[in-house]
Amino acid sequence: MRVPVDWLGEYVALPEGVTGEQIAADLVAVGLEEEGLHTSGVGGPLVVGRVLELTPEEQKNGKTINWCQVDVGDSNGTGEPQGIVCGAHNFAVGDLVAVILPGGTLTTPQGPLTISARKTYGHISAGMICSVRELGIGEDHDRILVLPRLLPAEVVAGLSPGDDLIRVLGLDRETVEVNVTPDRGYCFSIRGIAREYSHSTGAAFTDPASLPVDPGVGEGYAVRLADDAPLEGVPGCDRYLARIVRGIDLTRTTPEWMARRLTEAGMRPIGLAVDVTNYVMLALGQPLHAFDLDTLTGPIVVRRTRPGERLTTLDDVDRALDPEDLLITDGGERILALAGVMGGEDGEVTPGQTTDVLIEAAHFDARTVGRTARRHRLSSEAAKRFERGVDPDVTAAAAQLAVDLLVEHGGGTADPAIADVDQRADRPAIDLDLTMATRYVGVNYSFDRVRALLTLIGCEVVDTQDPQRVSVLPPSWRPDLTDAPTLVEEVARVDGYDKIPSVVPRAVGGRGLTHAQRSRRAVATALAGQGLQEVLTYPFVGADRFDELGLPEDDPHRRTTRLANPLSDEAPLLRTALLQTLPEAVLRNVSRGSRDVALFEIDTVTQPAGELQAPVPGVGELPSDEVLAEIRAAVPAQPWHVAVMAAGQADRAGWWGRGRPVDVVDVVGWAHAVADALGVPVERRQAERAPFHPGRCVELVLADGTRVGWAGELHPQVVQRLGLPARTSAAELDLDVLVAASDHRTQVAPLSTHPLATSDVSLEVPRGVRYGDVEESLRAGAGELLEAIELFDVYTGDQVSQDRHSLAFRMHFRAPDRTLTTTEVNTARDAAVARASQDHGAVQR
Amino acid sequence: MPAPDGDGSAGEGGAQDLSQESIEGHVAAALRAVGAAGDLDELKQARLAHAGDRSPLALANRAIGGLPGSEKAAAGKLVGQARGKVNQALAARQVELEAERDERILVDEAMDLTVAPGRRPLGRRHVLTVTAERMADAMVGMGWEIAEGPQVEAEWFNFDALNFDKDHPARQMQDTFFVDPAKAGLVLRTHTSPVQARSLIERGVPLYVAVPGKTFRTDELDATHTPVFHQLEGLAIDEGLTMAHLKGTLDRLAEGMFGPGIVSRLRPAYFPFTEPSAEMDFRCFVCRGVATDPACRTCGGTGWIEWGGCGMVNQNVLRACGVDPDRYQGFAFGMGVERTAMFRHGIADMREMIEGDVRFNAQFGMEI
Repeated sequence: MRVPVDWLGEYVALPEGVTGEQIAADLVAVGLEEEGLHTSGVGGPLVVGRVLELTPEEQKNGKTINWCQVDVGDSNGTGEPQGIVCGAHNFAVGDLVAVILPGGTLTTPQGPLTISARKTYGHISAGMICSVRELGIGEDHDRILVLPRLLPAEVVAGLSPGDDLIRVLGLDRETVEVNVTPDRGYCFSIRGIAREYSHSTGAAFTDPASLPVDPGVGEGYAVRLADDAPLEGVPGCDRYLARIVRGIDLTRTTPEWMARRLTEAGMRPIGLAVDVTNYVMLALGQPLHAFDLDTLTGPIVVRRTRPGERLTTLDDVDRALDPEDLLITDGGERILALAGVMGGEDGEVTPGQTTDVLIEAAHFDARTVGRTARRHRLSSEAAKRFERGVDPDVTAAAAQLAVDLLVEHGGGTADPAIADVDQRADRPAIDLDLTMATRYVGVNYSFDRVRALLTLIGCEVVDTQDPQRVSVLPPSWRPDLTDAPTLVEEVARVDGYDKIPSVVPRAVGGRGLTHAQRSRRAVATALAGQGLQEVLTYPFVGADRFDELGLPEDDPHRRTTRLANPLSDEAPLLRTALLQTLPEAVLRNVSRGSRDVALFEIDTVTQPAGELQAPVPGVGELPSDEVLAEIRAAVPAQPWHVAVMAAGQADRAGWWGRGRPVDVVDVVGWAHAVADALGVPVERRQAERAPFHPGRCVELVLADGTRVGWAGELHPQVVQRLGLPARTSAAELDLDVLVAASDHRTQVAPLSTHPLATSDVSLEVPRGVRYGDVEESLRAGAGELLEAIELFDVYTGDQVSQDRHSLAFRMHFRAPDRTLTTTEVNTARDAAVARASQDHGAVQR
Repeated sequence: MPAPDGDGSAGEGGAQDLSQESIEGHVAAALRAVGAAGDLDELKQARLAHAGDRSPLALANRAIGGLPGSEKAAAGKLVGQARGKVNQALAARQVELEAERDERILVDEAMDLTVAPGRRPLGRRHVLTVTAERMADAMVGMGWEIAEGPQVEAEWFNFDALNFDKDHPARQMQDTFFVDPAKAGLVLRTHTSPVQARSLIERGVPLYVAVPGKTFRTDELDATHTPVFHQLEGLAIDEGLTMAHLKGTLDRLAEGMFGPGIVSRLRPAYFPFTEPSAEMDFRCFVCRGVATDPACRTCGGTGWIEWGGCGMVNQNVLRACGVDPDRYQGFAFGMGVERTAMFRHGIADMREMIEGDVRFNAQFGMEI
């Protein structure tokens, strides 16, 4: 809401010399946040000049300029005439003009311009004779502002050369722009802002709605409220007041002061009748509508839409109407307007043509107007106010002010008859415990203070039998005051939030982070410690990503959640795995020159189970257990995942030596690092699964077979389709599974201090046998004395047959209670080999 | 290598000259050879030649056995002392040469380490997750617990439970991502506040929880907006909690994030789920609100920096969560993690935080 300061000053006593900045600060204190401060952008010296000499000089380019001598009094410090070059011609010797002298500033489309004396067209031009547009008070660029043509004669009579014009032309005017929160509809008016300024500063407030209202004589224009389908039991219109002004003089234009205020408030002057309705709306917050009386044939009927009705609104859009839309109709049939939102083509006032107008001042239901505005995406000034709540008691005053202005400035005559259909319901009073403000805010407010503050904002405070309780009737313009806490806010707000002390509460005592929270931190720290960079990618993907990743048609990762209004139609789905969105981060880094890139992300992914619907039972009441269960069940599963993706060099080359490219062993290692960070043993199963290389992918599982995730090199075709660096490798694990598996207290085994015995075995096995299976057999065969086993070499070549390879394992034996004898070690080793032979046809070399 | 003087010309089994002159000559020759040995190899040669089995002194020692008994003692003493002297010299020289060798190896092995190695640089956590953790830890320090909730959320939890009426303008102002189809009743949560309702229903009261998490609005990405962002939510419901407790909590959190003396300020505002409601600012940690610098680049000269929204939890929220509003009351607040990180670290462009450029991460340590 833009608030011209001089307009504000008409309704509330502003201190002498107050700045827009100070006003904005005072409004912030009562909850109206500053959005901006608008000024003319013109800075002095800007003075009255009298043109003494004017010499036209034709230039080589064919243009004629005027070399002028201008009397600017003593304002230039010398009293001598000022020499100024001027390109415009609509003024003459003897005219009083506006002269900006060197040092003055103007605002141009290119930004601020400081005037200086400069050489031009062969003269030293020391200043400028200003046009209305240069001063920002009109659009007509070429025309020099000749003061008597703009200013009233009595003002001009008092001006002499050298007099300051900044104030005379209103260029010291400021407009404060504030943000109005959705509960404060009444602050979409100068009246409301002035009242708030008064609350903030104590300045005297004069209600502009307190004006003499004509009593009305006889029947007014016929009006019928015929809402047969109120929303939530609230009629779409509970008051409709119509007044008629006839014989408006078409030669009359909007007065300059009104046009200026409208412009400063951000609205364009259009024509007197419409400008008056807008002016009243800005002044009092009551949207008005002006109809051309000559075009009306029947009574005004306010009703809901019938099936199939359409309306072309003033913005030239033909709209299919909804049965919930409330309409203003002529005689019940011809649609004139979407009530409180926007007019149609029929019945509108035509500037330069309409002489008799019917002024509508009505009170429409916030819900009805809000839904219609949203449904048709029509955010009009009227709708903005109605959907936030308009003062139902200001209707008559608003209509009166409009009538008065049309009579005064349009030369019209008001009909004595007034139509006023008034079906307003009583406002409910609020029961307030006078101690509540103190209990809620933590400031000690006396009962008297609470009463006084509520009275100040316009409430009627009525005592009850109980001295601690009062009955509070909120003012008509505050539909947001609905319960005791809303009154408490008013007390705290007007008394000042800055009075609230600071007290750290004693919480009941927490148990620290949960195991899952600590686990996620541990995993992130472990991966960062391994050299990976944490990134946060957007969760939005398109279906083509699943194709790029080579996911089969029936892959569960293709079962997604779709957004109804995605930012981009190319990415309307929510990722079901982190690997779907990590490629962009890898690519961005590579394109920016970071070729060795190892990234990880920890976040939830969305894995919907089916087409469940979540009930939306509404506000203020705890749903039943069944409904709550339905709501919860409809929310898709969103497990925490961790994923890594890496390309380029794992070990970089440099003066220390050679580098080594990242490979699948790195990512499988990182996947293990995640499990190790949580102390969870995982097992590996060779796997074939998109998006991985069919021969370089492993599935990680818990000991009980629960799947944890996959690690591997990306399929070469996936790498190619996504444009990733060759051999990009990746892993993705379900962190929830790991966290659940780690949620136990590890129990330690005692450490044996007896010596370690090591024995190496070399086993030839058929190529198809997995290393891990051989290791598992050795482990099983070796028994309890085996402490650790490692595969330290794999040999293929001349020494073994083509279909076999040789695996070299080192086995470490140790007993808890003794030093092992050679015989014991050999026996255990032989048992291990025997088991591997039995299971896999392994032959010891 | 110089041959030892008096090379075994006498030959093994030849007659040995066991005279004092001869023995002293052998000793002198040995000491010369030891002294001349320039490294451990030469010393080894000298040892072989002068103290080895076939060295003149060894041969002389053996020859003692062939002497008449009366001469044996004197000759034994003479040769024994001579061999002792030689062995001593050898040992001393051995120590010297070993020390020289060790010294030389250290010199030879020296490396120039003045250029930083980068074989495998340390990775980093993301500034937003670490900032959120720091904020969460500040709350844990006040005895609160950390709660979580889903990003794809039921509309009821995101709006209705929080007193956002279906027709209220505030609900429309949230720029919500809706899940298709609309009847699914699901949205991407527009704030972390639905976890307020979930926590109240699931944990009951008294309750002190903070909720860091990812949130979504349909804003296009630019320098100051991102459709995916993070908030930290706080909710305290107990008997007797007031706005003063809200302010106290915010003051503590502001100090935790921005340093001692950085307090909060409340300004009246409106949110459907709080009543009374407030916007909260924290004191500019650069100019510290001292109006000496009207052009403070951090706060724009106002002395305060906007942080988020807060207020006393609306009684309708408590009712929707099955809490008796006549007995329990409390406060809630929410602020942007991005905004907090941007101010803490002078990040001017939101996009730097979300693009995943590893150079951005590299500017931070693992703890910020």
